[in-house]
Amino acid sequence: MSVEVWTYLIVGLSFALYFYIGYTSRVRDTKGFYVAGRGVPPVANGAATAADWMSAASFISMAGLISTLGYDGAIYLMGWTGGYVLLALLLAPYLRKYRKFTVPDFVGDRYASNTARTLAAIATIFISLVYVAGQMRGVGIVFSRFLAIDIAQGVLIGVAVVAFFAILGGMKGVTWTQAAQYAVLILAYLIPGVALAYLLTGNPIPQLAFALSDISERINQIQTDLGFGEYTAPFQSKPMLDVLAITGALMVGTAGLPHVIIRFYTTPDVRSARYSAFWALVFIGLLYTTAPALAMFARYNLISTLHNKPIEQVRQIDWVAKWEQTGLLKIADKNGDGVVQVAKGKAFQEKGGKPDFNAPDMTNPNEVYLDNDIIVLSTPEVARLAPFVIALLAAGGLAAALSTASGLLIAMSSAVAHDLYYRVFNPRAPERLRLLVGRLAMLPALAAAAYLGINPPGFVAQVVAFAFGLAASGLFPAILLGIFDRRMNAQGAIAGMLVGLGFTSVMIGLMRAPQLFGAAQPVIKDFFGVSAEGIGIVGMALNLVTALVVSRLTPPPPTHIQAIVDSIRVPRGAGEALDE
Amino acid sequence: MRSHDSLRAYWRANVRLIAVLLSVWFLTAYIISIVLAPWLNQFRLGNAPLGFWFAQQGSIYVFILLIWVYARRMDALDRQYDVHE
Repeated sequence: MSVEVWTYLIVGLSFALYFYIGYTSRVRDTKGFYVAGRGVPPVANGAATAADWMSAASFISMAGLISTLGYDGAIYLMGWTGGYVLLALLLAPYLRKYRKFTVPDFVGDRYASNTARTLAAIATIFISLVYVAGQMRGVGIVFSRFLAIDIAQGVLIGVAVVAFFAILGGMKGVTWTQAAQYAVLILAYLIPGVALAYLLTGNPIPQLAFALSDISERINQIQTDLGFGEYTAPFQSKPMLDVLAITGALMVGTAGLPHVIIRFYTTPDVRSARYSAFWALVFIGLLYTTAPALAMFARYNLISTLHNKPIEQVRQIDWVAKWEQTGLLKIADKNGDGVVQVAKGKAFQEKGGKPDFNAPDMTNPNEVYLDNDIIVLSTPEVARLAPFVIALLAAGGLAAALSTASGLLIAMSSAVAHDLYYRVFNPRAPERLRLLVGRLAMLPALAAAAYLGINPPGFVAQVVAFAFGLAASGLFPAILLGIFDRRMNAQGAIAGMLVGLGFTSVMIGLMRAPQLFGAAQPVIKDFFGVSAEGIGIVGMALNLVTALVVSRLTPPPPTHIQAIVDSIRVPRGAGEALDE
Repeated sequence: MRSHDSLRAYWRANVRLIAVLLSVWFLTAYIISIVLAPWLNQFRLGNAPLGFWFAQQGSIYVFILLIWVYARRMDALDRQYDVHE
């Protein structure tokens, strides 16, 4: 069977599975719709959290990004896993004990303030919207690359699939499909990863091959010969201070992302929330420890296959020909010697953030352009695996994108329907109306996701820094202080959020002025050496300091609020019914 | 019976445990894997430079272990102070 037939078959089967699960877990009440009836066991919730968290970008692009960054790629590996330690120790158990539905629920109630609730709801909607655009784009790209379906049609198919199980099953439907999607995506990632490790090192376990094989020495040697820095040497692309700041901002940002936090509301009790976080990181770690191995092996393999080989010979390799057609790989014989040279620098000039294949950049000798996505997408062919593995990779990429998109849709619709409509505008709304509004709120969210997927703003990659920055500087400190500082009051929390969010937004705006506002130059390059990606950690520190100072200068919170704090610190009673 | 004092003691024990585990988290991620990485790279784990290995593999294993230790220790604390479900 051809790759295309396999792809239709495997993608079709995986979609049928998601439909089936979505249909069997449809819900009839808001508790099921928002928190899956709180009946999800820790292992299943861990798998769902892992799929929720690992996006199209983690699945398709991250290994490629790491392979160009070398050691410095650790900012993503540590940044996107270390946050789970913060979640498990500082947030998840207490938010679960609070027994409400959303993040703004906690912020609004704890500070007895609809201003704080609205701020948190708006931050939630903004962060999720930024994120979902990237997911839908990922869906469209997978469809167009593997099935020759137009990107716009691919996006609409993706939206339709998500709409089905999210509207019908709410959080419950999303949770169980996410758990299934984890299985699909991890299988799709590990099979090619294992095959490539075995092919290049003779050791089938990527994590062991990473440490034990001599690939790290060999790639360091090649990179040095070609004028790159050593692959394993730190701080080649970013100074140490920025590496520290970015890692910190991504960790704290991860812990503050609403669609991740609400996954811990679905467990039966506080204890399961803790074990959920453990299982989530085990499942995430499986992919995140495979990715750097894949990155290093694939880079070594690509350079040694291409460099100093006659162009005609290179173009006869199947996968080179195929990926050169799709533009993920391009070779330009700049010096006309008929031989491929890999070197430092960009092979082509850039136009609008994309390489212009008609205009080779003659200022450097590099003749090869490699798209980040090629590292993962080309692995099955490079490792000479059967066509069905390529098809599985397509299903895996779709699973990663759809699972994250569905989690984001729940976060957005709950912020609109539960936090803004029910808690702020119409607190008397009866249960049936609330459920209906929850379902209806999915529609604008889906429409926005579809629109942004089909017409991606050029700055999607830039605004992701925004999402993490806002989560780190706004939501995380407000929740943390609400749990660990009994004396924290509304004045302190709101002042802290405004300072943190304000500082971070202004800084990112100034540093990313060209991408966001079309300015010719960034207004400032960095903030004392911290870039836009890492600025959230500074915003978080400012939020904490402001909140602590302001709260000490204003009256303590009323006793019934202090009683909430005392109650969430104790696990017992999390399973009791709560009529709200 | 859970007295006010016993709940305070439970919370203090919890915060102490969190402080210890987050210190390990901080040391692993920021000190060992970043600040000391250039120096640690002179040593090897198998064939991989040690600082590089920690930054791209070891730190993640430590994170997983930390959450597991926390969940286990809290099981014991919850029972000891009689606040479990």
